[in-house]
Amino acid sequence: MTDPLLQVENLGKRFGGFVALDGINLDVANGERLGLIGPNGSGKSTLVNCLCGTLHNETGAVRFNGTPVNGLLAHQRTHLGMARSFQLPRPFHTLTVAENLRVPLLYTVNARPDTSLSESEIEDRCHEFLRLVSLEHKARKMPRDLTQVEMRKLELARAMAADPKLLIADESMAGLSQSEVKDIVALLIRLNERGITIILIEHIMSAVMSFSQRLVVLVSGKKIADGNPDDVIRDPEVERAYLG
Amino acid sequence: MRNWQFFLAALAVSGLAYLGTRLIGNDYVYFAGYVVLQFVVLATAWNILGGYCGYVNFGSAAFFAIGAYSTVALHKFPQLSARYLPETLNSVVEFIFPLSIPVMIVIGGAIAGLVGLGTGYLTLRLRGVFFAIATLALAVVLQTLIVNWDYVGGSRGAYIIRPNTTPYFDINYIEYLFIIMLLLAVIAITVARSIERSQLGYGFATIRDDELAAEATGVPTLRLKLIATTLSGAFMGMAGAPFPFYIGYLEPSSAFGLAYAVNAIAMPMIGGTTSWVGPLLGAILLGTLQQVASVTISSAVSLLIVGLLLVFFVIIAPNGIIGLWQDYFPRKEAPARENSKAEAT
Amino acid sequence: MDFPFELLLNALIAGLLLGGFYAAVTVGISISFGILDIVNIAHPAFIILGSYIAYIVNQRLGLDPILTAVIVLPVFYMLGSAVYQVYYLSFEKRGQEALRGLAFFFGLLFVTEVLLILVFGVDYRYVQAAYIEKTLRFGFFDLPLRMLVPFLVSAVLLAGLQIFLSKTFTGRAIMAVAQDQLALSLMAADPIRIKRIAFAISIATAAIAGALLIIIQPVEPSVGREYIGRVFAICVLGGMGSLPGTVIAALLLGIVESITSTFYGPSWAPAVAFGFLLLTLAVRPAGLLGR
Repeated sequence: MTDPLLQVENLGKRFGGFVALDGINLDVANGERLGLIGPNGSGKSTLVNCLCGTLHNETGAVRFNGTPVNGLLAHQRTHLGMARSFQLPRPFHTLTVAENLRVPLLYTVNARPDTSLSESEIEDRCHEFLRLVSLEHKARKMPRDLTQVEMRKLELARAMAADPKLLIADESMAGLSQSEVKDIVALLIRLNERGITIILIEHIMSAVMSFSQRLVVLVSGKKIADGNPDDVIRDPEVERAYLG
Repeated sequence: MRNWQFFLAALAVSGLAYLGTRLIGNDYVYFAGYVVLQFVVLATAWNILGGYCGYVNFGSAAFFAIGAYSTVALHKFPQLSARYLPETLNSVVEFIFPLSIPVMIVIGGAIAGLVGLGTGYLTLRLRGVFFAIATLALAVVLQTLIVNWDYVGGSRGAYIIRPNTTPYFDINYIEYLFIIMLLLAVIAITVARSIERSQLGYGFATIRDDELAAEATGVPTLRLKLIATTLSGAFMGMAGAPFPFYIGYLEPSSAFGLAYAVNAIAMPMIGGTTSWVGPLLGAILLGTLQQVASVTISSAVSLLIVGLLLVFFVIIAPNGIIGLWQDYFPRKEAPARENSKAEAT
Repeated sequence: MDFPFELLLNALIAGLLLGGFYAAVTVGISISFGILDIVNIAHPAFIILGSYIAYIVNQRLGLDPILTAVIVLPVFYMLGSAVYQVYYLSFEKRGQEALRGLAFFFGLLFVTEVLLILVFGVDYRYVQAAYIEKTLRFGFFDLPLRMLVPFLVSAVLLAGLQIFLSKTFTGRAIMAVAQDQLALSLMAADPIRIKRIAFAISIATAAIAGALLIIIQPVEPSVGREYIGRVFAICVLGGMGSLPGTVIAALLLGIVESITSTFYGPSWAPAVAFGFLLLTLAVRPAGLLGR
């Protein structure tokens, strides 16, 4: 068996006296579709921020693709192949939609020693990713002209443009309609079929259940369940955390 | 237009402007024009950090003064070496000195750039406003150092005798300084414009828009910010380097004057901060206005006008004159950067 | 060589008195920058404005500067309220406070300074009051009333504000606005109104600080600039918005400055504050006491 793509060992993070993450262990295999759920304040976003280098964990270690990433800055982790989308979309609002995608192409893909995209290749890739999320017709618009769902798609496309091995999608569907949620789930599955490992953090259970091959539950900074989605949601401890 | 084409075009335009001043045939044009051009360089330099990256520098006067005082220090160096250095070394010094103004501009720029790098390194890992406050602090620390440094004149100030002749052409010295500042302005604007249209420009824009998202897409934000503080500081220092020769008598309060700090901010803000046109436009308009107002009314009133315009513009027209222009004559879709595809490589 | 013990002791006491005054100068910034996150670099200009008002009233009517300050408090409060309204509508609401909000306050600072120069010129102005020339002597150390009175007024001001912030409903709402806007709206308080009140109070303190300033030293329009670095150094060092922290940091800076100017000469004193600030920013950005 090959090594997992992402290995998290005993990860811990505190804010002052508040324990946000308490000894999290998690392995994610290459090509996997992992769902991560938990009530508000359970530490999901903190976990994402620690994985991506936005926050620094106090204890434990994270290995990505065999490389220890503790102490690496966020952009260095992106260069290694970790990409994320933000809970609230954070487009570069003075750049056009297409230019938003240029940034990861210029700074991540082109920064790799073995790649050097020409100007026309960058142009092509931008349009490829825009096509993937069906935003081609908005290429020259500014982000403020996009609708909610288009903004989410831009956020995902920008993460994808960094050519990641692992994509962490942080609540990509909050506030969207039923059909829009389906749209995004289908998109994520398409991306996964291209060989990208995806961690989906989500509140909308129908989306999580149709997407995930494996489900992890966080409660109060602890991992309380990890396994087959259908089994996990029937786990009494999980039910208690959600209902009680 | 490619960068070298733009550079040549800008050179041609400034050459025409220079010919125009010769037709007027009055040295006052050079005295006034020098100040306006100096502000073009200063405003363009400020905008590289302030406009492109969104980091406000209140200490422009400090960087300007570093350039000016490095010139004073270099100018006085032969006296020092004649007194203290051994004969052989002194003869080397006498061979090299006096340095020509372009050389002093490069040295002044290098020192100011290093100070910019240091300031950035100390503060840029913190929130943006701390950088702004630190630059305010920097100005006072440096002024205190200069006031207490006798070699460059201390609080009394230093005299620099402006030579009567110029090294190369048979022109008045003030005309020579004017030409140098004109060239410096062309260089600063070309550099600013080429940044806008390069990978660096995209990186700067992401820092201005959202640093967290910039890091997440792979932009090394800290390194880029240090590049910006260094470049910006260096150009401010270059703008200040010839100043002692222009003014003839340099004292700390004139080199560190608040007018530089205010103008460096007001000019890009009033012109528009997103492209090189803004600072250029702002500097020419405000610089000329101040020259006229200082002569016809008083210099205090001219500064008051600048301050009021700054407050007025940030409230009423947040994107400056360029923003107003674009509101009235909207372009089809993608604004700016449209033609970058052909150029960036 | 025997150590100049008396000199040191006098420098310490002078520094303590000076530091007390610095606390009054800084408390406005501690509220606006520390608590509300509004980078009001024009605050020193409002202080100088306060000094000049105290000067005019003192010169024309012979009124005590501190009394004048108390009388004009409502005017400064309204001025602060108006400035916040403009700031909120033009910058905070549009999310442009970072770049343009800073430029706005910088413009205000500059305009105020130039206006004062145009009206009063660049000559130093001073006030007259019975206590300014007097000095209390205790053995070998001196307590000039010129410093002692501002120190005491400042102590009253800070104590009053601390009680207001910790004991009243509005005061606690102001402290909450810094941490949690949601909690604030649960308290049924409009965050904008609370912020406006807090900012207005911060500007009102400038009236008092201005009067104290002109009691301590003669004032000219650009004196305010020397205080920009000091107030931010103290505010950051004091842990951003904690009044006890502000007092401790102010006293510390006063003492260090006083010792520096006693032993190395007054021309080095301004650099001390900024050196402090740069060091604080580089080494311990959370301030001495933290939040």
